[in-house]
Amino acid sequence: MPRRGLTGERLVGLFLFGLLLLSPPLIGAFDTASLVRGIPVLYLYLFVAWALLIGLMALIVERPDPDEETAEDGSGADTDHPPTGDREPERC
Amino acid sequence: MLSGYTIVTVSLLYLSILFAVAYYGDRRADQRRSIIASPYIFALSIAVYCTAWTFYGSVGRAAASGVSFLPIYLGPTLTFILGWFLIRKIIRISKVNRITSIADFVASRYGKSSFLGGLVTVIAVVGIMPYISLQLKAISTSFAVLQQYPDIVMPAKLGSTPVLQDTALYVALIMAAFAILFGTRHIDASERHEGMVAAIAFESVVKLIAFLAVGLFVTYGIYGGFGEVFSRAAATTALERLFTLQAAGGYSSWISLTLVSMAAIVVLPRQFQVLVVENVDERHIKKAIWLFPLYLLLINLFVLPIAFGGLLHFPSNTVDADTFVLTVPMAQHFQAVALFAFIGGLSAATGMIIVETIALATMVSNDLVMPVLLRVGRLHLSERKDMTGLLLAIRRGAIVFVILLGYVYVRLIGESYALVSIGLMSFVAAAQFAPAILGGILWKGATRSGALAGLSAGFLAWIYTLLLPSFARSGWISESFVQDGPWGLASFSPYALLGLSGLDPIAHALFWTMVLNVGLYVAVSLMTTQTMIERSQAVQFVDIFKQTSEGARIWRGSATIGDLRRLMNRFIGEALTDQSFRRFEREKARRLDDAHAADAGIVHYAERQLAGAIGAASARIMIASVLREEMHDIDEVMQILDEASQLVVYSRQLEEKSQQLEAATGELRAANERLKELDKMKDDFVSTISHEFRTPLTSIRSFSEIVHDNPDISVEQRNRFLGTIVLETERLTRLVNDILDLAKMEAGETDWHLAEIEPKEMIANALAATAGLFAKNPRIKLETQVAEGLPRILVDADRITQVIVNLISNAVKFCDKNNGVITLAARADAGALVFGVRDNGIGIAKEDHKKIFERFRQAGDTLIDKPQGTGLGLPISAHILKRFGGTIWVESEPGKGATFSFRLPPATASAKLRLKAEARAEIA
Repeated sequence: MPRRGLTGERLVGLFLFGLLLLSPPLIGAFDTASLVRGIPVLYLYLFVAWALLIGLMALIVERPDPDEETAEDGSGADTDHPPTGDREPERC
Repeated sequence: MLSGYTIVTVSLLYLSILFAVAYYGDRRADQRRSIIASPYIFALSIAVYCTAWTFYGSVGRAAASGVSFLPIYLGPTLTFILGWFLIRKIIRISKVNRITSIADFVASRYGKSSFLGGLVTVIAVVGIMPYISLQLKAISTSFAVLQQYPDIVMPAKLGSTPVLQDTALYVALIMAAFAILFGTRHIDASERHEGMVAAIAFESVVKLIAFLAVGLFVTYGIYGGFGEVFSRAAATTALERLFTLQAAGGYSSWISLTLVSMAAIVVLPRQFQVLVVENVDERHIKKAIWLFPLYLLLINLFVLPIAFGGLLHFPSNTVDADTFVLTVPMAQHFQAVALFAFIGGLSAATGMIIVETIALATMVSNDLVMPVLLRVGRLHLSERKDMTGLLLAIRRGAIVFVILLGYVYVRLIGESYALVSIGLMSFVAAAQFAPAILGGILWKGATRSGALAGLSAGFLAWIYTLLLPSFARSGWISESFVQDGPWGLASFSPYALLGLSGLDPIAHALFWTMVLNVGLYVAVSLMTTQTMIERSQAVQFVDIFKQTSEGARIWRGSATIGDLRRLMNRFIGEALTDQSFRRFEREKARRLDDAHAADAGIVHYAERQLAGAIGAASARIMIASVLREEMHDIDEVMQILDEASQLVVYSRQLEEKSQQLEAATGELRAANERLKELDKMKDDFVSTISHEFRTPLTSIRSFSEIVHDNPDISVEQRNRFLGTIVLETERLTRLVNDILDLAKMEAGETDWHLAEIEPKEMIANALAATAGLFAKNPRIKLETQVAEGLPRILVDADRITQVIVNLISNAVKFCDKNNGVITLAARADAGALVFGVRDNGIGIAKEDHKKIFERFRQAGDTLIDKPQGTGLGLPISAHILKRFGGTIWVESEPGKGATFSFRLPPATASAKLRLKAEARAEIA
């Protein structure tokens, strides 16, 4: 069974988002010599965008993927359905 | 105090810690208690990406052109977002195929081509060499700068330092020793170096902390935080300029740097080594894809403040911006920070040198030297007993060769260029591997020829647009080569090829190399075809996640498992061979007996183990040699398969033939049956005819004898007898006529006079011909029901009239003699003519319905009953109707009369039928 859950698709989406953020023309919008709280706008934008991408990556891969790891303990944020009784006994 | 002595002591101390870490890592690995089996260590080891180039060069680049250093780190971040797909796929492929270097990867993907592996190795060595030089240069420069403390003086040209006083040489030698110790400790089938990885991870921590320390010191120690540094820089117009992209070379430069570093993070030999070869568990990728970019972010956080701090501190341009990391703390007399910065730079440089050297040395020995040695028959290498020693010697020689080459390069050429420019040159060279690798794992159709063409063209373009100009800058070739183009041909100028100007040299080179590389790779791949081994490798690489078992290998081998064991002994040593054979036994739960013939599974396993030690292409050669050339390459196997399938085709044809024969036999048997039947029918016919003839003949003869023997018979009586004789003779004549008629018809010799006629006319003719019959039998009534609009028919009118007359006279003969009713009906049915004659006679039993249309058959028993008619009327009628595409049948039950009917197709259909019949006759 190929391990292609939501994680993969989310990462591709994030990659496209990253391309958008970090290449022209969008970076051109911040290409001015002015300062925001003493920091040049372009520098601030690039580092914030970069940090945002890393944060989203971490969020995507560290969160259990419902499609991919169904065997994992389902204590994720989205537990709409009540826990079923026939869950597999956990082995250690 | 910072004296040369202190610096050397601290440096040596640091390096010995490095050796200790590596030693500890190796020992733990031997005890199977790995210390590097963690995603954090994995991510830190990938940070070998940050070299002295990052440590010193980024600040220098930022000081010159603002954010232009950033794409080099943003690109890898973007690639790593896709790492879960791409890098994991490459890791899986490499693990399955025991791939140990990027050259091996490319060679293996394109049909285990040793030529391709050699080409990749050459490109890597030529392209990466400047990069190693860069690290050596950074160490010697930083040492020289630090040594001048408390003065801040730029070092004299390196080339003027005597070789023996050159720190770079000693560092190079120590690095060579490290690489040999921890990179070639043993020849391992997996070719992993845990100690080295541990040391690299340690170095990554050191350089990060060192850089952060300098950054914090400059930003918060000298200035009051980020805001103050930038605000003070903004006051100077020369520095404010650096806040924009314009200073960074504009969009084209930004995009090309992003692209080239996106490729470099995977295809640089050292990155491939730590990412793929040294990877312990592919699940580590998951955490590493965000940890590594985070590392990059952290190490770049203070680049800009340090750059601006340096620029504000040394406004007079006397200090090289590449040394700001050292010189700013030095100027503030913070010796400890400066020394720590130096150690950080040292760790960044040494980490890169170690991994890059080991990676290159593996490639040189596995993909360049070994294939050549193995192919040179005179050396009889493939028959040598113990190869491990030779292999290790080659590997170690390659390490020394690579490092010393880097040192020679830096002595000869390194002075002319800023750090970053050299690094980018290497990046573009490494990027040449990207199309072949990316295409190789995503596109099955890519061929060996395509990869060869693309790589060669990209490499040549790189030499022309980057390497030769760098020679020109060093004064090796005339400066005018860059300015005006070769021999003054401006359109061939290496920085503006074919008039493409307005790009910086890196963007320009990237554009041309990629146009040629990708263009030829795709075009040639589309125009050439793959051999079977290329095809099977392509499928294995692209569909790596779909495969569950090892690729099936077929060969007609005569080698035993013992042969394989001896082969592996020679390359990886006895202990490791035993170990890996035991692992195979454990995994497959089977015993390996040396005397047994080697099957596909163990051969494949052995080849992969060998590939780990000597590369895929060489392993293939060796395995082939031990199988005594009987290991068929896939082409041959396909040929065998072809032959086999040919046989299948033959046997299928045979089967078909025998089926046909059987069918023919069946037909023959049927024909024989039919013949026998016909023979019997002929006998019947003869006996029937004899009988038919005998009856009238008997009566003729007896009446003639009476008349002859009794001359005194009365005239009246004589006349009656003679009348009977005449009647019987007439009957005989009719019989003979009918027989002749039928025989002619059956032989197809009858003349038919075809004409399109109106059925009504024909019926009228027939009625006229039979009027006498009804006159003789006044008790029989005739009714006619002829419908309007009967279809015209194409027939011989006389013959059809004969049929109707036949039917009517039959009806008269068999109907009720005292109260006979004969109904004659004609109608159109579905365009055809249907004609019927019904009588109210004795009827015909069901079993006789068919018989009566045969010759001399009449309902009932002719031998007993008095024969009525010749018995040929109905067969003749049936023949006639058949001739015109019609049919005849009877409906009757005993005692309820009978209806004889026939159906004839309309004239139009008959015409077609006739044409067809004629056409058939012509063909026959």
